[in-house]
Amino acid sequence: MGYKLSPLAFDYYLKALRNTYRIFAPVLQKGKGKFAGTDVISYGEINSLDDIMLDRKSYFSPKEVLYPIRETLFYFLNDETKAPAINVKPILILVRPCDLNGIGKLDRVFLNNGQEVDFYYARRRELIKFAMIECVEGFDTCFCVSMDSNVANNYDMAVRFDEDNITVKVVDKSLITKDLTHADTAIFEPAFIQENKVKVTIPEVDLVTKKTFDHELWEEYTSRCIACGRCNTSCITCSCYTMQDIKLSDDKKIGERRRVWAGCHIDGFTNMAGGHNFRKKNGEKMRFKTMHKINDFYKRFNEHMCVGCGRCDDVCPEYISFSKCINKLNAIVREETLHE
Amino acid sequence: MNNPYLPDAYKILDIKKETQIDYTFKIAYEGALVGGQFMEISIPGVGEAPISICNYDDSSLEMTIRKVGNLTDQIFNLEKGDTLYMRGPYGNGFNLDHYRGKDVVFIAGGTGLAPIRKTIDHFVNNPDEVKNLEVLIGFKSPKDRLFIDDIDRWSEKNCVTVTVDQGDDSWTGKTGLITTHIDKLDLTNISEKIAVVVGPPIMMKFMLFELIKKGFKEKNIWVSFERKMSCGIGKCGHCKIDETYVCLEGPVFNYTTAKALID
Ligand SMILES: Cc1cc2nc3c(=O)[nH]c(=O)nc-3n(C[C@H](O)[C@H](O)[C@H](O)COP(=O)(O)OP(=O)(O)OC[C@H]3O[C@@H](n4cnc5c(N)ncnc54)[C@H](O)[C@@H]3O)c2cc1C
Ligand code: SF4
Ligand code: SF4
Ligand code: FES
Repeated sequence: MGYKLSPLAFDYYLKALRNTYRIFAPVLQKGKGKFAGTDVISYGEINSLDDIMLDRKSYFSPKEVLYPIRETLFYFLNDETKAPAINVKPILILVRPCDLNGIGKLDRVFLNNGQEVDFYYARRRELIKFAMIECVEGFDTCFCVSMDSNVANNYDMAVRFDEDNITVKVVDKSLITKDLTHADTAIFEPAFIQENKVKVTIPEVDLVTKKTFDHELWEEYTSRCIACGRCNTSCITCSCYTMQDIKLSDDKKIGERRRVWAGCHIDGFTNMAGGHNFRKKNGEKMRFKTMHKINDFYKRFNEHMCVGCGRCDDVCPEYISFSKCINKLNAIVREETLHE
Repeated sequence: MNNPYLPDAYKILDIKKETQIDYTFKIAYEGALVGGQFMEISIPGVGEAPISICNYDDSSLEMTIRKVGNLTDQIFNLEKGDTLYMRGPYGNGFNLDHYRGKDVVFIAGGTGLAPIRKTIDHFVNNPDEVKNLEVLIGFKSPKDRLFIDDIDRWSEKNCVTVTVDQGDDSWTGKTGLITTHIDKLDLTNISEKIAVVVGPPIMMKFMLFELIKKGFKEKNIWVSFERKMSCGIGKCGHCKIDETYVCLEGPVFNYTTAKALID
């Protein structure tokens, strides 16, 4: 069902939804930017339309709503272990199509990889419904169309934000409140961006060989990348973490085990006891990430991991562009294949 | 919903000192296991780490742990009767069917002996299951030797070579890097012979190079990998190499698969 709402009516609708849902959307965090006095856009809980930040891309992805940066896995007290309870109020997240597709990639890892389901991810995931933000223009660094992630259909509701009105299409009937039944109905199918300024060509999965891994391309990144890991933390599809134990008392056995986000670009990601590590050079880290995003994830799950949100380009302090890297890689692979 | 991250408490039945820094912990455990699989063991508040299962029976399992850092230091303070937390088992382990009826050599460097100990033991106890069994083990020095009683027992009926990189005054056995002892193996049947190789990354690298040079077939070589691991269940990403998760598809790999993996 489609409905057309004035900004005021939309606010009443949000208010009604908030009885049942916590609503998350991109919000402006004042003074939390990279440089003093600058702002950053990240996901946060909202109360009204005014809180939603739509004219710039969010620096951080919505993944922290379902996969917190730091999460207690369990507390222990003497010989008992206990997973903490979480707020079980259902969540509605406003996401763009690329991020909605990105969450599908997180699902692959946390829900489908191996025999086990990730308890912590799954219990939050079950609480979540998606309000997809119609996105037809994108931003400068986006390349979602090349990654086939400009279109998403698994939303519970779609929203078009115009200057003076908001149109919604509600798929999940439980999201229909009486505020909507009083509103004008409208015929609304969300449109999707059809062309980005940035385009990439992914090298054919099977044409990437050991030679591609050894190519001097990666050396360039050894000299440029500083292993800060921002590309990992801002990425909607990066899902790695490390466990951390914390002791709250020395004499009594009280403490907790947590997990915190980790990233393959950060030094120490592969360090083993004894000091051995497997990807010392930053170019090797870049190569590892690149292959995961556009080559080996595909071999496992039959879909690429990267959704082309372009955040890794936005956040890199060294101006390393992932889309350029993909295109360079493609040129190299084509060259290699021609010479076979 | 099952929570795979919650460990259970298990009782330590016995602790055996193998060397100054390697102790074998015997732990009460019931459940199906395969040699070469690993457990995530932990002390809450200290940390968690993957450790290979080096032996087991119906009511217990054994793990040989080297004291190298945070968690393992604390584990060494535990005593018989104390509890240790575990979850698992994880990984594929050594599939005995790959070695049954074959001419097999097990090659281990240092603590690499732990993951294959149970598999060697199985074939020593069931000699009819293999055509021929040899064991080649290298340690840094005589005082670094693990499972001395087991090795003596294995040597009674089988060809077991133990070498140390550096001997001492009382050492009368073989010396020299493990790779220099390949020639002493029975290589008459080399194109059919199976090699199982486990050890530190550097030893694996040179050993595999030498075995291939000598004429071992790639498909007849099996290795076990060690990587950083946080979860053991295919989620944390630390152990991933290309599209392969060492914790899920490994740690045991056929060399034809292993050689194509680029970290
Ligand atoms: C499948 C598998 C099976 C294993 N089986 C066994 C086994 O049977 N027995 C066994 O003893 N071990 C085994 N290990 C290794 C074992 O998991 C590690 O020794 C253990 O994690 C060490 O934990 P720790 O907390 O004691 O050490 P940590 O405190 O984590 O580290 C110990 C050492 O590593 C060094 N180190 C740590 N971090 C860094 C860094 N960032 N840079 C440089 N050096 C660093 C430290 O200097 C220290 O010397 C296995 C590993 C795997 C993956
Ligand atoms: S790799 Fe970069 S472009 Fe691709 S999903 Fe991650 S942040 Fe977005
Ligand atoms: S954001 Fe840039 S510099 Fe930082 S780790 Fe990623 S590629 Fe390297
Ligand atoms: S150890 Fe976490 S994915 Fe393998």
